[in-house]
Amino acid sequence: MIAPETQELTRVTATADGEEGLFELSLGPHHPSTHGVFRMDVVLDGERVVKLKPVFGYLHRNHEKIAEGTSYLASMPYTDRLDYIGSLTNNWAYALSVEKLAGIQVPERAEYIRVITAELTRLQNHASTIGFLLQEMGASGSPLMYGFREREKILDLFETLTGSRMMCNYMRFGGCRVDLPVGWLEQTKKVVADFPRFLDEFENLLTDNEILMARTQGIGVLSKELAIQSGVTGPVLRASGVNYDIRKVDKYGIYDRFDFKIPIGEHGDAFDRYMIRMLEMRESVKILEQALRDIPAGPIMDAKTKLRGFRPKAGEAYGRIESAKGELGFFLISDGSPQPYRYRVRPPSLINLTVLEDMCIGYNVADMIVIFGTIDIVLGEVDR
Amino acid sequence: MLGEGIAKGLVETARNFFGSYFIKDRLTTVQYPEERLPQAEAARNFPFLVYDGDDWLAGLRCVSCQICEKECPPKCIYIEKSKDKKPDAIGKPQFYPTVFNIDVSVCMSCQICVEVCPFEAIKMDNDFELSTDDRFCGLLWDRHRLALPNSHYQKIHPTDAAVSDAILAEDKAKVDAKAKAAVENKASAATPSVAHVDPGGSSTQ
Repeated sequence: MIAPETQELTRVTATADGEEGLFELSLGPHHPSTHGVFRMDVVLDGERVVKLKPVFGYLHRNHEKIAEGTSYLASMPYTDRLDYIGSLTNNWAYALSVEKLAGIQVPERAEYIRVITAELTRLQNHASTIGFLLQEMGASGSPLMYGFREREKILDLFETLTGSRMMCNYMRFGGCRVDLPVGWLEQTKKVVADFPRFLDEFENLLTDNEILMARTQGIGVLSKELAIQSGVTGPVLRASGVNYDIRKVDKYGIYDRFDFKIPIGEHGDAFDRYMIRMLEMRESVKILEQALRDIPAGPIMDAKTKLRGFRPKAGEAYGRIESAKGELGFFLISDGSPQPYRYRVRPPSLINLTVLEDMCIGYNVADMIVIFGTIDIVLGEVDR
Repeated sequence: MLGEGIAKGLVETARNFFGSYFIKDRLTTVQYPEERLPQAEAARNFPFLVYDGDDWLAGLRCVSCQICEKECPPKCIYIEKSKDKKPDAIGKPQFYPTVFNIDVSVCMSCQICVEVCPFEAIKMDNDFELSTDDRFCGLLWDRHRLALPNSHYQKIHPTDAAVSDAILAEDKAKVDAKAKAAVENKASAATPSVAHVDPGGSSTQ
């Protein structure tokens, strides 16, 4: 519907002779601030953004079609590679969809393990996202390294539990692959107990900082209406003032047992999106404390579910969870064969990225990078 | 107040800089090739084939059932089944792989081959220094290169190895008991006096 207008606007009118006009800039795909291989086709009027076209697909790996040609279990390690910062939440979303499809009950202990790992994933995702955001603002080094230092502790926990730092491949249909190793809970309790100290230091360093405020307050405002209309989810939506968190809406797993709040933003600008993540980390710590206190003993796998030769009955299911980036859903149609008939991922990164243009128009190029950073995308999930 | 944020930031940076001399939590860097952290027990990187005893070919646990080949998500395993049979880990005559190749460059270390293997034959190694300058033959590992003794498995994953050894010992005990019973039946049918024949020996592994 905007095709003719796009043609008109993207015509390059600035010339080498210095004539004034619009200037088309191709930012990426190998630009360090694009978090991977993402390209923005930006039309600039001087320093101001007039038009922005996100171009993605450089990391397309055919995930959904591969999944339709392979068994349900074999797609599990591929889901690690969607949002490779938070592989355990991807595992959970996929396992949840298949469990819905096949009607599998998950044992109590496995549900607790899932909540613990998902909240740890949220902590490390937000810590590194804020680090990257500051890196893009020019604070190269310290905030990113402080964020990564904390992330490293959580990744060590993941490695002790699942064997891999990032490609965990841990959840299975009907539970989790291995039980918690000896001493893991104590180690996790220690990391979780230390985490608020890091948050205090991080906030002391960043939140009141004039440069951060000048660079983010009032920048990249996303209105409540537009956020809802375009299907944006996660911290970006909540920063615009919409109280929507799937952990509260769906209460999937055992989230109804925990006492936690959903931070809501007011202005929908880049600062709110930064602040929401800070506050969410504090709430995640609360959930973790409760889950680590209450975790029961028991089995971690549903005894009736087979690992090999898994064939859910014909039907369809959509399972969704609140990943660190927003609503992550898997839509599956089964025709009773060992392979899914249809497999579709609803990636939060891609859908949040669609409002990038509306957020960026009228701001400077440097602001555009900051706005892009606050959306928090991972290209593995955008392109799949 | 203007400059307050910058002052606070510098205090934070100084706290981390000077703290790194005294507090372990603030200095997390490890000088990698010279200095190494111990690996987690669960750490996994690339699969290997377990063999028992000293001879890698004779002791190979793999019976060439090709389940891992089928279940492998990126399809990086290639197996050719033998025509003849040899005794496996628990003493049953079984097929063995004449060709067992894994492509290192395709394998994504997901551990699904290990989970689906019913014979405790393929396990995850934790060696992560697999890079090579030979990008053709150096990345396609054959069965000889993949074969590692059970003692290696016991060393890198002691907990899992104990479980797997127990399973194999149990299976072997069952097979032995069956064989013993069969021999006893035969013996009792022929001459009832020879009742205590131990066909397979009672040693595990």
